[in-house]
Amino acid sequence: MTRGTHLRNSMLAAGAIAVLGTTVAWAQASHWAFRPIRRLAANSPRSGADGWIDRLLDERIRRGGLTPTPAADARTLLRRLFLDLTGLPPTAERVDTFVREFGAGGPAGERAYLAQVDELLASPHFGEKWARHWLDLCHYADTDGYLTDQARPHAWRYRHWLVEAINRDLPFDQFTLQQLAGDLLPDVAGETSADRIDRRIATGFLRQTLSNREGGADLEEFRVEQVVDRTQLLGTVWLGLTVGCARCHDHKYDPISQKEFFALYAIFDNADEVNLDAPLPEYPEPTQAQRREVERERATILRPVAEELERLQADWERRMLDAARIPGRDHLWDREWEVLGLVWGGGQGEGQLEGCRIVELGRARRSPEQHARLQDYFLKSAAGRYPQEFKRLGLAEIRTRLERLSAGLPRPPRAATVVSSPIPRQTRLHRRGDFRSPGEVVSPGLPAALLTGPSPIGGGAPARLDLARWLVSDASPTTARVTVNRVWQELFGVGLVSTPDNFGRRGELPSHPELLDELAARFRARITQRAGGMDWSMKRLIREIVRTRAYRRSSQATPALRARDPENRLVARQAPLRLSAEAVRDSALLASGLLNAKIGGPSVYPPQPPGVSEEAYGNKWKASEGADRYRRGLYTYVQRLSPFAQNVTFDAPAGARACSRRERSNTPLQALTLLNDPVFVDCAVALGNQAQIAASDGDLGGVARLFRQALARKPEPAEVRLLTGLLQRERSRPGGSATSAWTSAAAVVLNLHEFITRD
Amino acid sequence: MPPNPNTPGHPIPRRAFLGGSALGLGSVALAELLAANSAQAAAPARTHARPRAKNVIFLFMSGAPSQVDLFDPKPELARRAGEPVPESFLAGLADSLIKGSTRLMPSPRTFSRHGRCGMQFSDFLPELGSCADDLCMVRSMHTSVSNHDPAQLLMNCGVPQFGHPSMGSWVTYALGSESANLPGYVVLLSNSGEGVDGGAALWHNGFLPSSYRGVTFRSKGDAILNLSSPPGVAPESQKDRIETIVSLNRFRQGARPDPEIGSRIRAYELAARMQLAAPELLDLSQESESTREAYGLGSETTRWFGTHCLLARRMVERGVRFVQLYHSTWDDHSDLNRKLRTNTAMTDRPAAALIRDLKQRGMLDDTLVIWGGEFGRTPMTEVRRGMVAGKEGRDHHAFGFTMLLAGGGIRGGQVIGRTDELGYHATEDRIHVHDLQATLLHCLGLDHLRLTYRHEGRDFRLTDVGGQVVDKLLG
Repeated sequence: MTRGTHLRNSMLAAGAIAVLGTTVAWAQASHWAFRPIRRLAANSPRSGADGWIDRLLDERIRRGGLTPTPAADARTLLRRLFLDLTGLPPTAERVDTFVREFGAGGPAGERAYLAQVDELLASPHFGEKWARHWLDLCHYADTDGYLTDQARPHAWRYRHWLVEAINRDLPFDQFTLQQLAGDLLPDVAGETSADRIDRRIATGFLRQTLSNREGGADLEEFRVEQVVDRTQLLGTVWLGLTVGCARCHDHKYDPISQKEFFALYAIFDNADEVNLDAPLPEYPEPTQAQRREVERERATILRPVAEELERLQADWERRMLDAARIPGRDHLWDREWEVLGLVWGGGQGEGQLEGCRIVELGRARRSPEQHARLQDYFLKSAAGRYPQEFKRLGLAEIRTRLERLSAGLPRPPRAATVVSSPIPRQTRLHRRGDFRSPGEVVSPGLPAALLTGPSPIGGGAPARLDLARWLVSDASPTTARVTVNRVWQELFGVGLVSTPDNFGRRGELPSHPELLDELAARFRARITQRAGGMDWSMKRLIREIVRTRAYRRSSQATPALRARDPENRLVARQAPLRLSAEAVRDSALLASGLLNAKIGGPSVYPPQPPGVSEEAYGNKWKASEGADRYRRGLYTYVQRLSPFAQNVTFDAPAGARACSRRERSNTPLQALTLLNDPVFVDCAVALGNQAQIAASDGDLGGVARLFRQALARKPEPAEVRLLTGLLQRERSRPGGSATSAWTSAAAVVLNLHEFITRD
Repeated sequence: MPPNPNTPGHPIPRRAFLGGSALGLGSVALAELLAANSAQAAAPARTHARPRAKNVIFLFMSGAPSQVDLFDPKPELARRAGEPVPESFLAGLADSLIKGSTRLMPSPRTFSRHGRCGMQFSDFLPELGSCADDLCMVRSMHTSVSNHDPAQLLMNCGVPQFGHPSMGSWVTYALGSESANLPGYVVLLSNSGEGVDGGAALWHNGFLPSSYRGVTFRSKGDAILNLSSPPGVAPESQKDRIETIVSLNRFRQGARPDPEIGSRIRAYELAARMQLAAPELLDLSQESESTREAYGLGSETTRWFGTHCLLARRMVERGVRFVQLYHSTWDDHSDLNRKLRTNTAMTDRPAAALIRDLKQRGMLDDTLVIWGGEFGRTPMTEVRRGMVAGKEGRDHHAFGFTMLLAGGGIRGGQVIGRTDELGYHATEDRIHVHDLQATLLHCLGLDHLRLTYRHEGRDFRLTDVGGQVVDKLLG
């Protein structure tokens, strides 16, 4: 929130509360979401092993006097399950098999369904689909944002980790610990160095913050913005609270004081951005021998100037540090320091302030690698400060030789991570949210309203690790609740709490508090501890939900249901949901046979209409060649300032702030995209070709093929009539042909509402 | 859908820019659909008060034009050229951009008075000067941030961070569109070398539904993204495709009633109408030679921005609610005099032609025209880059800058506010960006305090937590 007086807004808020008539309840300290998670009574028939979710839902449906919709037909159910679990529709063959096995009904049908669920949970595409939600939350992107929006060519390494972690069902407690504090976790017996690197790559979650490298940007101002962003992410993702409101003043609705916001902020204030080598089997990395050879060679190149270079660089560092300490005395050195903070690692997605930190560390405390990197920067950037010395010592030529030397080494991917700052910062409250007005010193801590016992932070371990451990302990009231709620939302279109990022007093109340709590409790319970425990397994959680009758209901609302429960809060039906931007793309590619299903790796640049990328400052988009044109949408390069056109049109978030629930709009620009965008045109041509081949015995065969490929069903007679009419008109049109007719028919099918909807 | 506090009880009905007709495509030819324009147009929306303006054309001068060289003459700068800014001006400021030893820099331009009102303009803006009696010049604008990106977001979205709806989104959310064939909120981009800093975030719908996002009309390729049929697909084929899609969706809807299918059908119908209507809109040969000439279409220098200004008028005529032109970049850190010449040469004549043309057609009364950037520039010379004589520039400046307003309920022929003798601080009738936004909404009949949207548990509005309608601007 910006600074300023909030008088008017608070008056509005008071009015709003009065209207809701719950002022008294809200004034109480104990808000439902902060209370401990409550389980159902263990001996209650309602909490029995099987069907407990349905029993709880059905009670409410009955009380509401509603009749739920019947079970969805086998085809619809399978398509729903495929799209929900993997983001891809099933092939027609899979549908046929499933209809046969499941359609038999009874225990055999049930077994077939669960076998299908398990198979999809084990599919590598499961990780791709569920990684996308998490990327929305941490607002992943392949560029810095802000004016210059420079590339982060290694950002994908975090996404790669994420897909893999979800696929191996890394338990959510570990998932949390590693992403918030993977660098701080103690080594575990039997762990390899690859495991340790892996945990650190996980902290890339905290590196999706924007970087401002625009000339004149205040280094501290935008570092503060990053820390605020991380604090807000914690709030949104684990606490279900809009803590950002407390940046400038005590939160108006939730029990978070400004001081408590800065106590959370202090937890992240000492996380510094550092990138590291993050090898992968398919990328060559330098051997030890090669590394030693390069080090030797580097020393040889530097030997003739070593002493003078050290002296010169020491002078450069001292002057910059002086300027950083007391700015305004010499603007050239002010500027030198600022530039170091702006350009360090630019275009490589490296930590922006890492260079400044290395200077501050001082020569004695640097690692050899840090020393070499700062030396490289000095050689590249300081000639303007020391023109004569650079000339006399031939430093330009030395720089060129060093660059050539390192260019000869294979480069493994790098990963963006965080580490505890070697020079701890003392956090102060920012008065009115303005970092230029520092207030009292604040220690890391948690809002009192979330705590039942003593603060878990400050026991000697780093605060970030303490925080992560507390979040996944039984003491945290929110982590399991917000997590199961987000999963529920993905599977039903709306969560048990319909405001997934706000469980606070201005959020909506849960529609089924008992269900939410029991699901949360089971999710985090050890299997050995209690029947139904899931050990934080996301796959178990999803399995538990998709096996319910509620999940399998028809999404076709009866007029009565629509009238009595328009927002489906009682879950008496499933919901038809428009596919996500990525799933729209993936489905069209799959249906047309063009999809390149390769998993993981760097981002790609699918074709898009010219000029999209150029809308912002100096961006360019060079479309990938070959099979990379048809990768899944997950892998499309995310340029913050000029995002991929189709993603924008289909409501993918802009990558600026956490998004826990996407919009599902329905616009003419979507129609134009599906009709005319180059990728969808390619799909229509490819699918049309297949239909044309299948039409050797007449149009019916071709039309059937189109429906089978795209919708996994047979066309109705009326649908056949409409499409054969189109075929005939197109063939008889001047310039028309069998091929153009089948392309047209394929385009039509790929544009159908049904095709881009999961029913 | 979850319970949505933004639907029931909202002071303003949510409207999609599609309107809500059940008009079908299966049996109706596209040409007839085009003729059905008025039937499809959204009904007059409910406003909070009697609107003065129906439409807005915002000429956004991205990068921040220099007020002391265009609108706000400061002879004192010449008298004190080369001196540092007196300490008294800097008291209490901690802006990152005031570091170092900056020196006051006189304007290289000369000023003269225009119109009956005697408003002053730099010699670089003779044409806008000739509209002085219709213009309201605000010399006391100020903003909260001095980096382009956050400041552009603040000016366009009310908050200096990504993720909030832009002005145009708020306005079309509140009022809908009057056009059945065109989007309600259109963005046009031109530049003198570099694109717009803030990019698509500036015309983003934020947390409002995406149908309220600004649609960019582009200069290269299709005017609207993916507007053209695929290569080799004849117009009749495309029409046939769309009609078949609509018929199949309608069949599906019969078997499976779902309001989203109805929306999908209407979206395809509008897409079809846009494919037909856009070329008509873009066909500037319909304009008289003298109009084309007035907007500078005959000259290489003015053609780009002139085309956008003329299109803006044509869009407003056709019911587009909010048209925003971005011209970048006025970010003259160095070589200010030459770069100002370039940008004013590109834009002065077309902008003036737009105001005159709107007036002559009787459209200025209900069209609010705004001219200005995200902040101003320092009265001092830039120190960080290039101190070469004759190539000085000016830095970002948030404490005082100038904007122009015309039409739509604004009283022309007046200068509002003033800055101190150096042009450093706005001192009189200070108007914050939020005040401007509140006033803009007021002109449209909207109360900036009541135009809210519930998101993340909070009622958001364009003016964030500030804003006050500035009565002095109003006619």
